[in-house]
Amino acid sequence: MTLEALIRRARTAGDVTAFNQAIPYMRFLGTEFVRDGDGPALKLPFQEKLIGNPNLPALHGGVTGALLESAAIATVILEVDAPKLPKIVNISIDYLRPGRPLDTYAWGRITRLGRRIVNVQAAAWQDARDNPIATASAHFLIS
Amino acid sequence: MSAPANAESRRMPAPEELLAYVKHIVTEASPHMREIGAQVVSVEPGRLTFRLDYRPEFVGHPETGVLHGGAVTVLLDSVSGLTAATALRRLVPLATLDLRIDYLRPATPGQAVLAQAHCFKVTRSVAFTRAFAYQDDPDDPIAHCTGSFMLATAGETMASPTLGERQ
Repeated sequence: MTLEALIRRARTAGDVTAFNQAIPYMRFLGTEFVRDGDGPALKLPFQEKLIGNPNLPALHGGVTGALLESAAIATVILEVDAPKLPKIVNISIDYLRPGRPLDTYAWGRITRLGRRIVNVQAAAWQDARDNPIATASAHFLIS
Repeated sequence: MSAPANAESRRMPAPEELLAYVKHIVTEASPHMREIGAQVVSVEPGRLTFRLDYRPEFVGHPETGVLHGGAVTVLLDSVSGLTAATALRRLVPLATLDLRIDYLRPATPGQAVLAQAHCFKVTRSVAFTRAFAYQDDPDDPIAHCTGSFMLATAGETMASPTLGERQ
């Protein structure tokens, strides 16, 4: 199946599991699509290889950034009717607290949808959705 | 780059100590840096270059082979944070406050990415960096990054056991 077909199917089904599996870097990180009572999320199960600073220990800040970006892409795929893989233009990440060696979740919210550009606000959390460890604002090209 | 000959410069880590510190973190201490195989290309106080070889598992678009932005983010975050650490007179732990990355063009599949960072300002509490990632030509970057890092307060332990032993 082509990537465009996978993206269309994900949007129709409201499920990015197959898309997540099709992206090599998301497989490398080990992300999974989950959905609970509070809504969809991209879950990053904790693995030792994701640690940046072993003394704290804390997740690598770049990994948290990569999860936020992946969650923002997944949000666009589920919510925006565009067949192409969203292409990142920029991302601004605020680190609110260290990522502990725990499972981490992230999801986004579309804040502005234009013809060519979409703006997404994303948050990453560990114990509670309303207690983020990092937030991001990102722009993607969608056409 | 030679250190200024004043009393404070004596506390500045020697170039070989800085190189050993950065290499220790990138190639041994940090599990994720080790996992992705990041390499240290050059180290000067406040100016570092890292390299990330192309691997199929870093791909974000399976049909084109273009790298995932996240892989570039990991490299830029690492090089920026360690650049800030080497800009200080003493190596203290840092916490990333924020990173902003502009993706200027897709990385060419199959090629390594280099990331060069510069710490251009250090205040009592915050270090500021800019960095860019490129492949063949530093004048044709694939991404540009600005970062800010909070300096740990006195009394907190060193990030690196190697350097901690020497202090």
